[in-house]
Amino acid sequence: MRRRLHRPTTLVAAATVGVLLLGACGAGGRDDDGGGGDGGDGGGGATAPGVTEDSIKIGAHFPLTGVAAPGYNEIPTGAKAYFDYVNAQGGVHGRQIEYVVRDDGYNPTNTSSVTNELVLEEEIFAMVGGLGTPTHSAVVDFLNDEGVPDFFVSSGSLQWGDDPSAYPYTFGWQPDYEIEGKIIGQYVAENMPDAKVGLFLQDDDFGDDAEKGVRQFLDDQVVAAERYTSGNTDVGPQIASLQAAGADLVLSFNTPSYTALSQLVALKLGYEPQWFYTNVGSDADLVGSLLSRFSEGAVEGGSSSLDGVMTTEYIPGVDQPDDPWVQLWQKVWDGHGEKGKLTNYRVYGMSHAYAFVQALQAAGEDLTRDGIVEAMEEIGADLEGPQLAPFRYSSDSHLGISGMRVVEIRNGAGEDLTPVLVTDIGDAEIVEDDSGQDGDAPPENGVPEAP
Amino acid sequence: MAALRARASAWWAGSILGRHLLVALLGLVVVVVVLESSSDFRNLQLASMAYLGIAAGGLTVLTGLNGQISLGHGALMAIGAYTTALLLDDREASTPLPLVVLAAVVVTLLVGIAVGAAAARLHGPYLAGATLALAVAVPGIALYFKEQLGGEQGLRVVLPDIPAWVLDLAFFVTGQDLTRSRYVAYLAWVTLVITFVLLANLSRSRVGRRWRAVRDDEVAAELAGVHLGRARVSAFVVSAAAAGAAGAMMAVTVRLAAPSGFTLTLSLTLLSAVVLGGLGSLAGALIGAALLTFLPQVVTDLGVDAGLSDIRAAELAPLVYGVVMVLVILLAPAGIVGTVRTALVKRRLRRSAVAQTGGAATTDPTSPATPATDPATDPATTTSKGSTT
Repeated sequence: MRRRLHRPTTLVAAATVGVLLLGACGAGGRDDDGGGGDGGDGGGGATAPGVTEDSIKIGAHFPLTGVAAPGYNEIPTGAKAYFDYVNAQGGVHGRQIEYVVRDDGYNPTNTSSVTNELVLEEEIFAMVGGLGTPTHSAVVDFLNDEGVPDFFVSSGSLQWGDDPSAYPYTFGWQPDYEIEGKIIGQYVAENMPDAKVGLFLQDDDFGDDAEKGVRQFLDDQVVAAERYTSGNTDVGPQIASLQAAGADLVLSFNTPSYTALSQLVALKLGYEPQWFYTNVGSDADLVGSLLSRFSEGAVEGGSSSLDGVMTTEYIPGVDQPDDPWVQLWQKVWDGHGEKGKLTNYRVYGMSHAYAFVQALQAAGEDLTRDGIVEAMEEIGADLEGPQLAPFRYSSDSHLGISGMRVVEIRNGAGEDLTPVLVTDIGDAEIVEDDSGQDGDAPPENGVPEAP
Repeated sequence: MAALRARASAWWAGSILGRHLLVALLGLVVVVVVLESSSDFRNLQLASMAYLGIAAGGLTVLTGLNGQISLGHGALMAIGAYTTALLLDDREASTPLPLVVLAAVVVTLLVGIAVGAAAARLHGPYLAGATLALAVAVPGIALYFKEQLGGEQGLRVVLPDIPAWVLDLAFFVTGQDLTRSRYVAYLAWVTLVITFVLLANLSRSRVGRRWRAVRDDEVAAELAGVHLGRARVSAFVVSAAAAGAAGAMMAVTVRLAAPSGFTLTLSLTLLSAVVLGGLGSLAGALIGAALLTFLPQVVTDLGVDAGLSDIRAAELAPLVYGVVMVLVILLAPAGIVGTVRTALVKRRLRRSAVAQTGGAATTDPTSPATPATDPATDPATTTSKGSTT
């Protein structure tokens, strides 16, 4: 025991010295706080964070790994290809766009930490296209507290735009789930008045908002509403009770994996209703490949696997190679994309990248965070772009695209069942779109100008 | 001077509490220096490290000292986090933060009693299975009680405004304004230091000796009058309380309590932090937590710098993490701290052997090499113990 006596003594001595020394440092810090501290804080007043003479840094969180990654991890590759394309043409107001993507694995805890990294460490100017309702919910307060423009959230939840006073910096992008529910509901009420309607809903904002919209028109026709929890892959009970309730038309608001799962279960049960999937869950290529994977090859995948299924459409996709927008995306992807072919997810990424470039154009040369938000509220409803219906951006609403059309999938491509229909949340009427957004084409060089 | 030194050493050897408090004080000074000199982002990263460290510290006491394995600590953290979220639902929430943390600890502790009572009857793989069920079931509760617990999207956590006296104090000590991120980091680290002092004291006390006795030989412990069930339940409860505090800090740091944050992965992450650092050692738990917090970001950044695409760089992190885990198990099965400690002991032994041949020292060569006074050094024997009996 005696041998150990020396070490602790040294330690105690060192500790005392250390504490005294650091105490002295603390006191020293207090003396010069008037000069040094303030100068450091006040230095960044003139220019916005992430913006220099010749560059703009923006960021996004996406599930690049994990269960949600297939499909969704292609969105940032599309957006990046478009930003590179714009950069190659000289950027926006002479500034090159630097796009930083971080993986959150669709886990809100990770979203929080990567957003901290993007905002505090990378010092991004704006968040563009952060994906997911539960994930983005974790950071929306932080982004608004910090005053970071939070554009084009890749999710159709109402919370991104229905109350701009709560989240002044956040803007939605895709049509929210409520208006999708309304448009689908009205279509069914008018064209299939005798259908017994079953609802298959994801048990979160997605399903809730959509159900609210659908029930505005179909409350009497709905015979069953079943919910599944994202992550639980057994949807047998839900599909079986839809079958038991005698539903002959199933409106499904779910993600692509659950489109494949519901199809497989229905095959197993010998249940053959008319299926109507939300836009989110109806990517024919992805569902096809998931179908053959989940069934271990028993069901033939491929893009024709969803033939006869109804869905909606709000931007042109790869099934319309003659559309001028799709031709632009193809050109961008061939010139600046990574390996692999153009997919609907990449088109989605390019479409919101296009809208962001336009927002930057509109915000002008003196780019500030508040400036771009003001510009969006002012001219956001006039933005050009691939979307079939105009955005709803104003100082009262930060919700995105205002409408969509109903289509039926034939040979992997959508056949129009209705013209483009536009509406808004609540009691707003559903009317045919007359803005001409549907028929427009991109400018010659593929880079938008301020509207 | 010599007398003073002798007295100081006597105090060091005699007062365990004093020693732990001194180390804690030193730790706090280091925390202040590190937090004040790092950026907002680093502060938040350090806060994440702290909450992982708190939970891993609790788990290392349970597994390392009492030989029980738990795959359910993520779920216990969820209970702490949801308690916090329910108490901090808007900015006007009037409950002071220390009370919120205390409430989170108490609620988790109560759950810990229930689970611990069941766990005390189980061994090895059965215990792992039961706690695994806990990890799977608890996020489901949040989904089922959607109205109250927010379902899949979870509950937002709103940190109340920083009290004025804290701002004043921080300015007085450091001469810098306290940012919110730094405030959160201080909260987490102060909680960590308090938790660690309590855990360290407990494990050096009679209670801790009982836990070790039960771990090392149940029959012998029972013959010596140790109540097996009570020892097991108490270890589980203490460990659960630490997980509750960790959950509270996680909620405050992440600003959200959602089921997808508390999947089985979190429980496994905690276990791997404990194994990486060294089973049974609080310092090891902290090192493990640091590795888990910083490794993914460092690796991803390296990947991006090396010209990999974002997706490839993101995929690199789990890979490197797995490789590090395999390497530690292969090369340092006692964990990082365990291996370093063994090496130190060996060196000391060699030195004292040299000294003894010189005839100067009278040290008993076995005394430094008694790992039983502290933490198990071999995870394999500890965790398999239950299954073999």
